[in-house]
Amino acid sequence: MADLSANFLGIKSPNPFWLASAPPTDKQYNVLRAFEAGWGGVVWKTLGSQVKNVSSRYSSIDYGGTKMMGFNNIELISDRPLDINLREIAECVRLFPDRAMIVSLMADNTREKWHELIAQVEDTGAHGLELNFGCPHGMTERGMGAAVGQDPEIAKMVVEWVMEKATLPVITKLTPNVHSVVPTGRAAVEGGTHALSLINTIQSITGVDLDTFVPNPYVAGKSVYGGYCGPAVKPIALKMLTTIAQDPLTARMPISGIGGVSTWKDAVEFMLLGASNVQVCTAAMKHGFRIVDDMIDGMNNWMDEKGFKTLDDFIGKSVPTITHWEDLDINYHIVANIDQDKCIHCGLCYIACEDTSHQSINLSFGNPFNTYSIKEDECVGCNLCKLVCPVDSCITMVEQRKGDDYVNWKEFQRRGLPLNDH
Amino acid sequence: MAIINNRLTAEQYEQNFSDIHPPFDSREAALVEANRCLFCYDAPCIKSCPTSINIPKFIKQITTDNIKGSAYTIFDANIMGAGCSKVCPVEKLCEGSCVYNFLEELPIPIAKLQRYSTEKAIEHKWPLFQRKPSTSRKVAVIGAGPAGLSCAHVLSREGVDVTIYEKESKGGGLMTYGIAAYKVTPEFCEDEVNFITSLGGIDIKYEQELGRNVSLAELQANYDAVYIGIGVGVARQLDIPGEHLLGVEDAIRFIYDIREKGYPSIPVGDKVAVIGLGMTAIDAATQAKRLGAKEVTIVYRRTQAEMPSTEVELNLAKLDGCTIIWLASPKEIIGENGQVTQLICNVMELGVPDTCGRRSPVETGETITLNVDMVIKAAGQVPYEGLVSSHAITNWNGKIAIDGSCATNIPGVFAGGDCVNGGKEVVDAVQAGKDGAKAILGFIKSERANE
Repeated sequence: MADLSANFLGIKSPNPFWLASAPPTDKQYNVLRAFEAGWGGVVWKTLGSQVKNVSSRYSSIDYGGTKMMGFNNIELISDRPLDINLREIAECVRLFPDRAMIVSLMADNTREKWHELIAQVEDTGAHGLELNFGCPHGMTERGMGAAVGQDPEIAKMVVEWVMEKATLPVITKLTPNVHSVVPTGRAAVEGGTHALSLINTIQSITGVDLDTFVPNPYVAGKSVYGGYCGPAVKPIALKMLTTIAQDPLTARMPISGIGGVSTWKDAVEFMLLGASNVQVCTAAMKHGFRIVDDMIDGMNNWMDEKGFKTLDDFIGKSVPTITHWEDLDINYHIVANIDQDKCIHCGLCYIACEDTSHQSINLSFGNPFNTYSIKEDECVGCNLCKLVCPVDSCITMVEQRKGDDYVNWKEFQRRGLPLNDH
Repeated sequence: MAIINNRLTAEQYEQNFSDIHPPFDSREAALVEANRCLFCYDAPCIKSCPTSINIPKFIKQITTDNIKGSAYTIFDANIMGAGCSKVCPVEKLCEGSCVYNFLEELPIPIAKLQRYSTEKAIEHKWPLFQRKPSTSRKVAVIGAGPAGLSCAHVLSREGVDVTIYEKESKGGGLMTYGIAAYKVTPEFCEDEVNFITSLGGIDIKYEQELGRNVSLAELQANYDAVYIGIGVGVARQLDIPGEHLLGVEDAIRFIYDIREKGYPSIPVGDKVAVIGLGMTAIDAATQAKRLGAKEVTIVYRRTQAEMPSTEVELNLAKLDGCTIIWLASPKEIIGENGQVTQLICNVMELGVPDTCGRRSPVETGETITLNVDMVIKAAGQVPYEGLVSSHAITNWNGKIAIDGSCATNIPGVFAGGDCVNGGKEVVDAVQAGKDGAKAILGFIKSERANE
């Protein structure tokens, strides 16, 4: 059995699965249920000045019969009175002392307001603070949330205010609604943050109702941009995470990974790309807290199979494999191979290659079953056929190097090697 | 033992003859299956459909909530696509070639999805097709069965005025009169015919029989072309002693009566033997059981490997409690007081393969005797040889001979469907009607050019 216990800035939790600051961590009732279900920690839904929410609040994208592939919301920070939240946080810490309790904060934009809020929260016994510089809706119009996270100067200033007062570890949560998360990440580090977390939600419109002509979610004939999350944003989150994990300054920080984590596999991927733990929201909102069971179990089995004893054995392991395009090996060449015994004659590889790629698949007509084979000389090894094939390992990519030595694009040009002839 | 009607309660009849292939209950249920479709390229299912319905396309259209488009895709290739979704032996056609079979996974329920789209179209009377302006050309179609209706629909869409002469009082042909009621209800058949004729330009004259109320010569004189789609007739005679006895029935007549007269009025024996193992035999056997027969035995002279019925159909009969006796060929029907009491069968064994490659049954010399009070003959149907020959139409044992463009030996007279092929599936007849219409359009065009 591998050891899944996590230590994030000295904040210990029995596993690296935290619930992100969001509706599931809004009150004692939910949080206690989450802890009973086995979650390692929670980031309590953002506290700040009093707000009021509207209905409806959520909308989603279904794809190919799967519900909530992408999810968005227009909820604001916690709309419950601050004193109730603080009392409940203290109670949860008392009842589950072994779990991580982080409190997300978004004070009005003055030093005094931040200091005041930090003092109140630290009295609860919580273990850390997360600064919400990312909320993309509702709060930005008041100069908070993403309005802070999108401007490195302001972000740095607010982090400095926080660090003047905070005695607990401080995590700064980054917004993805920028061309790069690195400048704000660096600013937060320069301001003194102890750690970073990313990503917050992405501004979005999930769709337009074709009967009312109003985008989702619908609020009395109107809508607003909502924060997008769920499985659809995972690839974007992984990319942004990696840029933080590779930047010399921000790479020094522990990172809490967020964005479409739904399974133990997702969590492992985030951690391989530099996250020390992960935060989950949409998957829990879709299925309830019970999903953590398999997250723990699956990660444990995977670590055992790979021989990893602790999380530190694999955190960040994949970060160095993301390189610059011009450093890729041009002599590495693969061609597709179709296993005729596994082929079910659906023709998806053929039409994808024929219409949109390199016309590298032969079609031999049959009634009713056609036969497909690869034109190895034409195949550029793009993976498309393998990606569209519905049968596992029917199409494999076979290595056929163009040369034994490593040759990158710069070297390729220097040597004047021949370009494609088609 | 006795042949009596009214064996069951109204509830029992209702239950026994309710839809055997229930439709999807909801959009969500249909989407679960529609989303499984891989959207194959040059899809095997299309190639296995005699009418070449673009199946991946109509299923994709279900997933995008384009049900009108989906129904159009189906009907454009097969105007009886709704009926075919209920009666096609899909296990040997589209669903049988679904690529999921290679994965040992259940194929896409193509028929059920086809029913989903087409039933909505019929229920809401969507006007999916528009006629081209009238060409003032006129074509007579004989027979309002699948071939005739399909031919008429294609012709009318092209602006041809079509008159169909139908000997029965309802359209649909085999669909309306020759298929088990639990597969297609009489109400459905009527709706389907109305849906087809709602295009306009198709006038069906009922109770008009070729050679009785209407003559071929008259049609040739009054129309630019004639299409014959008269199907096949009565069940093949067994040519054995006792065939005249009371209690010996023709399966086609038996099924026709069930559909025409209502379940309680149809008499059925206590112990029924059904001769043959095609689709009609299964329909007769299962319906005899569902009408309240105590025992139904299907007698077939070959083995399961050679049976014309599909395994799905055979299982239907087995699940209904019918018994199958393989390698048994009727030898004689015994009666008392003019009433069937026994069926004696030769016990057969398989000999050498015939020209089709099917091993022919040969007698072993042994016999078996079944105590029965009713014998239903379902060993194939016989073409209208007398009718066809009397009109000097070239034929092969009654099956009308046509050339590559559906033309008979008589200029301007075309034919297709069961009356040409001797009896195949509804979907084959629909395609024959399309082919016939295409040929007729070409013929009319060349005639006009010659004027």
